[in-house]
Amino acid sequence: MAQPDILNLDQDYKQKYGFYDEIKPVFQTERGLSRRVVEAISIEKGEPKWMRDFRLQAYEIFLSKPMPTWGPDLSQLNFDEIVYYIKPTDRKGRSWDEVPEEIKRTFDRLGIPEWERKFLAGVGAQYDSEVVYHNLAKQWEEKGVIFVDTDTAVREYPDLVKEYFGTVVPPHDNKFAALNSAVWSGGSFVYVPPGVHVEIPLQAYFRINAKNAGQFERTLIIAEEGSFVHYVEGCTAPVYAEEALHSAVVEIIVKRGARVRYTTIQNWSKDVYNLVTKRAVAYGDAIMEWVDGNIGSRVTQKYPSVYLLEPGARGEILSVAFAGDGQHQDTGGKLIFAAPYTTGRITSKSISKGTGRASYRGLVQVLEGAHHAKCNVECDALLLDEDAKTDTYPYIEINEKEVTIGHEARVSKVSDEQIFYLQSRGLKKDEALTLIVSGFIEPLAKQLPMEYAVELNRLIELEMEGSVG
Amino acid sequence: MVAEKTPLLEVRNLWVKLPDEEEYIIRGLDLTIHAGEVHALMGPNGSGKSTLAKVLSGHPGYEVTDGEVLFRGENLLEMEPDERARAGLFLAFQYPMEVPGVTIANFLRLAYQRRFNTEIKYTDFYKILLQHLKKLEMDASFAGRPVNEGFSGGEKKRFEIVQMSLLEPVLAVLDETDSGLDIDALKIVANGVNSMRSPERAFLVITHYQRILNYITPDYVHVMVEGRIVRSGGPELALQLEEKGYDWVRSELAGTATP
Ligand SMILES: Nc1ncnc2c1ncn2[C@@H]1O[C@H](COP(=O)(O)OP(=O)(O)O)[C@@H](O)[C@H]1O
Ligand SMILES: [Mg+2]
Repeated sequence: MAQPDILNLDQDYKQKYGFYDEIKPVFQTERGLSRRVVEAISIEKGEPKWMRDFRLQAYEIFLSKPMPTWGPDLSQLNFDEIVYYIKPTDRKGRSWDEVPEEIKRTFDRLGIPEWERKFLAGVGAQYDSEVVYHNLAKQWEEKGVIFVDTDTAVREYPDLVKEYFGTVVPPHDNKFAALNSAVWSGGSFVYVPPGVHVEIPLQAYFRINAKNAGQFERTLIIAEEGSFVHYVEGCTAPVYAEEALHSAVVEIIVKRGARVRYTTIQNWSKDVYNLVTKRAVAYGDAIMEWVDGNIGSRVTQKYPSVYLLEPGARGEILSVAFAGDGQHQDTGGKLIFAAPYTTGRITSKSISKGTGRASYRGLVQVLEGAHHAKCNVECDALLLDEDAKTDTYPYIEINEKEVTIGHEARVSKVSDEQIFYLQSRGLKKDEALTLIVSGFIEPLAKQLPMEYAVELNRLIELEMEGSVG
Repeated sequence: MVAEKTPLLEVRNLWVKLPDEEEYIIRGLDLTIHAGEVHALMGPNGSGKSTLAKVLSGHPGYEVTDGEVLFRGENLLEMEPDERARAGLFLAFQYPMEVPGVTIANFLRLAYQRRFNTEIKYTDFYKILLQHLKKLEMDASFAGRPVNEGFSGGEKKRFEIVQMSLLEPVLAVLDETDSGLDIDALKIVANGVNSMRSPERAFLVITHYQRILNYITPDYVHVMVEGRIVRSGGPELALQLEEKGYDWVRSELAGTATP
């Protein structure tokens, strides 16, 4: 483990991820949101009418819904200050050489092409509003796997898109789902044919470059019967002192006997509002797994969900949140048991440091008829400082008698005795803390491919620097 | 013994209490340990033995109001706990802490790197660790287990000695490492300690019972009562204590006038 510089935590994010490119976008909409802006995005994309209508309807829904007040404080988020669509370039590459030089340099610096060569089946890279690079290894393409950006999918696979788009997360689901539906751009479209197992991960990387930018990618994954795919996403942004907004929608359809794992390592800079709706539907004997790591952003609201629609379906949600100074991570998960003999588990681990606040918010709902549903919820919160906060909002609604539901919540403080024990073996105090924290999130790290586990540990180390006075 | 040599440890008139209490736990304690020596510190429960051990290691929960502690001539009380460890002080805890999710190998590799101020590759370290585990007759699989989590009492104690063996301290304080050990484990632990005895190294063996001293022969035995050493002598003192119990020292103490 390299010993990072103790005093310059924010400096370090700035250096590693927080740089920005002076690029001149080829097109961007005017600041703020209006019907005209929504139309401009659609026109610029040359979309079919059905998608334009979908956007405009969603925009009306967005206007009609009040700002949610039940969660974190969003009062500083000003919709008029955001630029909703920024197209950095006209070019989209299937090889990195086709990507404009300065943008390619950014992704080089973030290590994406290298990762792709080493251990990924495919990569998508989005820069502000548009995907600038997308590639799937031949071997998977030959098996009929589709991995393209969602705009391309609208053009090339309209039937598939029409069949599923907006069915799992409809625009009226919540204000931010409506917003995304109105101004969405980019994101990944994944289709895995029946029985195909994509053994190595597909990855998407999301980068915000512009100031006050909004990024609204839209991801749709369809896993046909008996298939498997692991999709991984990461993200970063420059450090500006002005808010940026990331509001994605992810929809996943896991058909009978299929398994989808969706892993996120969210590391937005601390001026990004990250308000995301992620939901999957799982059919008979299917397995949906969300592995959701939230480290960055100013405010995150994200509760990955699984709707268990047929017997034998299983949903697993593993959520890890790190809330440092000034951050509020409001995360958790939702499991809806809509069929008998369905099972699920939510595991949440949060760490609050400095003035950070981590909230667990979860919903377990057993619908009538979903007898023999089994669910376990476990929330662990670790507090590193006196001022650090944590809270839990576990909602449980059960409308069936024969079910097994377990819920456990624990809050612990890093004990002085533990730190002393490690220090008495020669570890510096912040090394001791980092080790305790890395042990605490070990259950998540263990679920990640090696490279991501290393990355996650490194991020935690960065967050832990300078944590002792 | 060379009298003029600088002692490894010199505790002079140490007074210790908890920050928000008035009652003192350690009340004017003196103790001098030279390299090469093994000292046994005995005393009834609550006499302040663990407190002394923790204060020596730099536990932040205690307040030293008076006295001084020199370690190899340097002011120990000014050093952070980790600095003390890197300088060669080791404490085998009476109650070792669990650190969930952190493997022994990861933890001790870091400790090893700090103690010896070096970088070592994981695979190289692993080999070293296995030797020390083996020495204390602990299975190699412990390397991958979380620190002390799910260990039996005896395993925890043995693992403390594994760490001591690995980190090669100059002064090792063993706080009731013998309690909770069956006779076989006790022998293994004693072997571990004896194999490390050297002219450069010293041990302070804290114990409630005489039993461990059958296997680790001390040069000096001290009896601590109510925060101070009330009697010092050779190994025979431990036997006397065993025979007559701590009340014997207490009653003798009651007879002596306080200075
Ligand atoms: N952290 C602490 N909090 C409260 N009391 C303490 C603490 N540490 C020591 N003591 C008290 O100080 C006395 C000596 O304790 P200790 O050093 O553990 O004794 P020994 O190890 O000799 O049994 C006991 O009365 C104990 O309760
Ligand atoms: Mg004790």
